[in-house]
Amino acid sequence: MPLSQTATMVPVTVNKDLCIADKGCTVCVDVCPLDVLRIAVTDDGTKTAYMKYDECWYCMPCEADCPTGAVTVNLPYLLK
Amino acid sequence: MDEILDGLTQIDCDILVIGGGTAGPMAALKAKKKNPEANVVLLDKANVKRSGAISMGMDGLNNSVIPGYATPEQYTKEITIANDGICDQAAVYRYAEECYGIIKELDSFGIRFQKDQNGEYDVKKVHHIGTYVLPMPNGDTVKKALYRQLRKARINIVNRYMATRLLTGEGRVAGAICVNTRTAEFLVVRAKAVIMGLGAAGRLGLPTSGYLYGTYENASNSGEGYAMAFHAGAGLANLECYQINPLIKDYNGPACAYVAGPLGGYTANAAGERFIECDYWSGQMMQEFYDELQGGKGPVFLKLDHLAEETVAEIERVLHIVERPTRGHFHAGRGTDYRKTMIEMHISEIGFCSGHSASGVFVDENARTTIAGLYAAGDMANVPHNYMLGAFTHGAFAGEDAADYIKDMDFAEFDHAEVEAERIRVLAPTKRDDGIPPNQIEYKTRRLVNDYLQPPKVTAKMQLAQKRFAEVREDMEQGMYVRDAHELMRALEASTILDCADMAAAASLYRTESRWGLYHNRVEYERDDENWFCHTILTKGADGQPAHAKKAVQPYVVDIADEEKDAYYNQRVDPSVAAE
Repeated sequence: MPLSQTATMVPVTVNKDLCIADKGCTVCVDVCPLDVLRIAVTDDGTKTAYMKYDECWYCMPCEADCPTGAVTVNLPYLLK
Repeated sequence: MDEILDGLTQIDCDILVIGGGTAGPMAALKAKKKNPEANVVLLDKANVKRSGAISMGMDGLNNSVIPGYATPEQYTKEITIANDGICDQAAVYRYAEECYGIIKELDSFGIRFQKDQNGEYDVKKVHHIGTYVLPMPNGDTVKKALYRQLRKARINIVNRYMATRLLTGEGRVAGAICVNTRTAEFLVVRAKAVIMGLGAAGRLGLPTSGYLYGTYENASNSGEGYAMAFHAGAGLANLECYQINPLIKDYNGPACAYVAGPLGGYTANAAGERFIECDYWSGQMMQEFYDELQGGKGPVFLKLDHLAEETVAEIERVLHIVERPTRGHFHAGRGTDYRKTMIEMHISEIGFCSGHSASGVFVDENARTTIAGLYAAGDMANVPHNYMLGAFTHGAFAGEDAADYIKDMDFAEFDHAEVEAERIRVLAPTKRDDGIPPNQIEYKTRRLVNDYLQPPKVTAKMQLAQKRFAEVREDMEQGMYVRDAHELMRALEASTILDCADMAAAASLYRTESRWGLYHNRVEYERDDENWFCHTILTKGADGQPAHAKKAVQPYVVDIADEEKDAYYNQRVDPSVAAE
């Protein structure tokens, strides 16, 4: 019983140029009540935050607490 | 991160507080203040900095009882009437007497409350009878202010651990079994007292958007408090009194008539006519709302387009920074301008939450549950219409009582086989090679909740629900599959959601009358005070299934005159007035 890979548009986006995960920042990952954000290593070897799990309450601590304004919370498409 | 690791650690503390949202932090602070020697642990599935229903703050107190504006007698009477008389008044009355002290304490934490030009609290009238709503101008800072106090008091904070079962022994609470949400490692916490502040069962019904996390409640509030209390053998009260709220359609956040109402906004039908006299959330109000939605004059809207520019700007300023700040994004995305268009509303999915209704773990005026040493406060405890200030105040009661309880108390012995059995239960989905992912188990459960449990309640439909839930449970226990620790957290939530769904069906079938307006509208039965003027208490029966009993409503502290009893049933606006 294999699992499928269904695409979904995630509500939280991170501006790679502003994100300072490379400097060790994990504020958005730390504060998310649903624990849906993680840090990824990008193609050029730098780190950036991203939304790994599409389980968003669009509550906004990640956006509000990001020290560089890199995180934007959009509404999930299903309820937009 | 998220890789499943094998591990089991045990820690000891005097008082374990589970849930770091609203009630939990206050309970921890008060316990520590009363007994500075006590080792108090505050545990949360998320991060206490931003966890719980008020992760982004709150726009005001909905139920403040402030001398000069309201009296404890009046408030107790109002809540009793709003709750159709099924109310042990002692807990409500004690809240009403002591919440003013909590307001002053919150004020000392740096949380401000609105005052008028004379320096008096600027309390607004929203309820049917009395005046209790107090705006909070810097309500976005609540969690930060609380967190500062927790650090100052040196409360031990444990983040990202999810409690899955309570431990009991010697007829009292012994601690809790917890799982790390990012590694699946186990933590057994031995405690002399346990205070639960785990919030509502907010992921029970499925929102109309179909998005699993598009709930009214913080979606991390998935009902663990209810499920753990059930499995530990505690009594749960009036679970058939669902929470259903009038919300902004699709966005599923509060329309905030409590904010807009005092400034002239109101709930209207499609013709822009007022149809309810009072925007305060109650079962009776929700029935009128539902009738209007279903009738030819629906849907229902929040109407602000008749207000002056400065007023609308003020409403926007409050609503777009606190509680659910993405509301501004939502309206912008749809091109909704409060000045020009009414805001479409709908009813929420069902849930358990005493914050706005009355369903919860049974507690007395000291926040004690039916298990010695186990306390509950906030949205998951059964004190009706408790809101944020009730969570703080009853959290304080729990903390203070627990601080006394643990004196001269040692840890209760418990059966260690329980820990091993729980490890096997929790980890089962990690031991399979494939199977059903937790999100599908959850979606199916919640879709069935909508199909069969949502009011108006019909006996045959609820019985079908029980049959379907049993099938889902079989699938869950035999075939659920997770790939990492994060998915395991979702799997555990799916199991608590299913427990809550079973309890909702069982409790609703037991009370063979209609009560609380839409919340328990059983279409085959009328209200029946002779047989059902009582609490219903649900416990775990010997067969593991919900068992039921009636419990008498305690004699009133504040008398209610006969002519006042049905005040909340006279909500519909007289048509001759509405036309004006």
